[in-house]
Amino acid sequence: MIFMTLRIAVRALGRNKVRSVLTMLGVIIGVAAVIVTVAIGQGATHSVQKQIQSMGSNQLIIMPGSTSSGAMQMGVGAAQTLSPNDEKAIIRECPSADMAAVIIRTRAQIVYGAINWAPATVQGCDPDYLGVREWPVTEGDCFTDKDVKLAAQVCLIGTTVVKQVFPNENPVGKRFRVKGLPFKVVGVLDKKGSNAWGQDQDDVLLMPWTTVKKKLQGNTFNTVDQIMVTARSAGLMNQLEDELHACLRAQHKCPRNLKGEVEEDFQIRNLQEIMNSQAAITKLMTLLLSGVAAVSLLVGGIGIMNIMLVSVTERTREIGLRMAVGARGIDILSQFLVEAVTLSGLGGLIGTLSGSGMALLVAKLAHWPAFISPQAIGIAMGFSAAVGVFFGFYPAWRASQLDPIEALRYE
Amino acid sequence: MAEPPALIDLQGVRKVYRMGEHDVPALRGVSLAIHPGEFVAIMGSSGSGKSTLMNILGGLDRPTAGVYKLDGIDVADLSRDELARIRGMKIGFVFQSFNLLARTSALENVEMPLLYGHRISSRERRERAHECLKRVGLADRWHHHPSQLSGGQQQRVAIARALVNRPRLLLADEPTGNLDSKVTAEIMALMQRLNDEGLTIALVTHEPDVALHSKRKVVVRDGLVVEDSQVENRVLAANLHVDDTGKAIA
Repeated sequence: MIFMTLRIAVRALGRNKVRSVLTMLGVIIGVAAVIVTVAIGQGATHSVQKQIQSMGSNQLIIMPGSTSSGAMQMGVGAAQTLSPNDEKAIIRECPSADMAAVIIRTRAQIVYGAINWAPATVQGCDPDYLGVREWPVTEGDCFTDKDVKLAAQVCLIGTTVVKQVFPNENPVGKRFRVKGLPFKVVGVLDKKGSNAWGQDQDDVLLMPWTTVKKKLQGNTFNTVDQIMVTARSAGLMNQLEDELHACLRAQHKCPRNLKGEVEEDFQIRNLQEIMNSQAAITKLMTLLLSGVAAVSLLVGGIGIMNIMLVSVTERTREIGLRMAVGARGIDILSQFLVEAVTLSGLGGLIGTLSGSGMALLVAKLAHWPAFISPQAIGIAMGFSAAVGVFFGFYPAWRASQLDPIEALRYE
Repeated sequence: MAEPPALIDLQGVRKVYRMGEHDVPALRGVSLAIHPGEFVAIMGSSGSGKSTLMNILGGLDRPTAGVYKLDGIDVADLSRDELARIRGMKIGFVFQSFNLLARTSALENVEMPLLYGHRISSRERRERAHECLKRVGLADRWHHHPSQLSGGQQQRVAIARALVNRPRLLLADEPTGNLDSKVTAEIMALMQRLNDEGLTIALVTHEPDVALHSKRKVVVRDGLVVEDSQVENRVLAANLHVDDTGKAIA
């Protein structure tokens, strides 16, 4: 019976093709808009999440404080306020801290036979760094704590470096020179892609921080550029930040200024917070655009109601005839309701297809990540069918309440 | 010989319409019985109440007072939906203006009543529609749309549609009102043939010529039946031939 009603509805709509298509247009545009905005919004959220993940999760970065005051008073070397002892103190005294790693940045060039390559990032660190960044070694092994202690001339390289320096060889076990010193490649890092700022994270050379200090820089100061710390869980991030402040204030014996405030010689950055606010903005934009799309879907629904009312009036005699030959009120009601739902449902389907197409096109042309979620498609389709039921009901109800005698006499 | 039970049994049927503050009586006490196999012409000028009578006979309207039994069923207590079901099962309607669905094939037009209340397969629906088109002589036109058919052919399709539910009563409201005399004769011949096959027909008309094709004439005036008689000199349309001016002569 439902199938029959559907067939009658499709037949009736087919008799007025142009009108049916124009009526559907409102819903098509509405649904397409929903699909496109949600796809683009979710794509953005998705890529932000991916970037957060590529940084490593639950991460705080400790950097030296503004160099100005310290530098002016105490000389250049003193700007380096962080030391490996801070790392040990953090692990010892901060219960919320899971792992910590020290980092020293430098610039250096790899020389391997005739090949020269200066990686974007050359860092000294300790083996925990890979844990903090959630960065596995795919070939070979990481250097060890013993290598750090001995300032061994060993290193890890990223996939971009492999491509540039060892295009046709297995790099593990090979030696190249950095600043004239021979380094042995002990492992290759997993591919990570670009970070939130578009920088290639795989163009990287990692070695023990002591090696950078003593061998490359010839520096005797026992200071590092950054300390990265991870919390035991995402919920402990704020607590960890407080613990770090307390721990480092004690370590550095930070003085109070005249107002009684502690003058810290370090900064703690929560990158995840920055990322989260970025994600929140994207979410807000998506919500706003979805609102606009919902309004256009509403307008489409009103268009359907309008046309259905016209159609009921036009087909008054047909309604009278159907009633005369035995159609009950409910038969007429369901016929017109199914027509309205067919209009909006078909509009929803076309809108979904064209919206998905547009989202993919935008993704391709604007290099914007689009993520077409089945959820959004489901919601859009369901919503458009609901629009048909909601706005189709009144015209259909009016049709079902017609008096067959009056309807048959209608000119 | 015992009379067979009446198919239509009206007793003291009154119908009053409310127009604003006034009550306008359309039927003022009509008693009428129609037995199976009859061919009744209901005549009357406009305003006589014959349309109201026809609506009540067809189950489209209910009497204000009095009893109407259709095939033994008292329609007074029936709901809107029950009335619709009775119409769908027992009555076939033919209208002056054909009332075919535009841009829909003759076959689908004929099938249409079977969509409501008849629980039969689409295949059987199709077969029955074909059979009815054959009975009205349009078997080869089943796929034509109304706009591709002449007036007479359209009315035949409408008659086929009225037959498809195998009705107890065929109710025709001025079926030849929009047709010229030649086609009128064809339609009346068809109706007479259907009557001969056992179909009970009630025909509403204001044309005496058309009424002459029936077996019994009921004249309504001012809401009352003023004449109820057998038709003498009945015209058998099948024997008519039509002269060059289009006027039918016996």
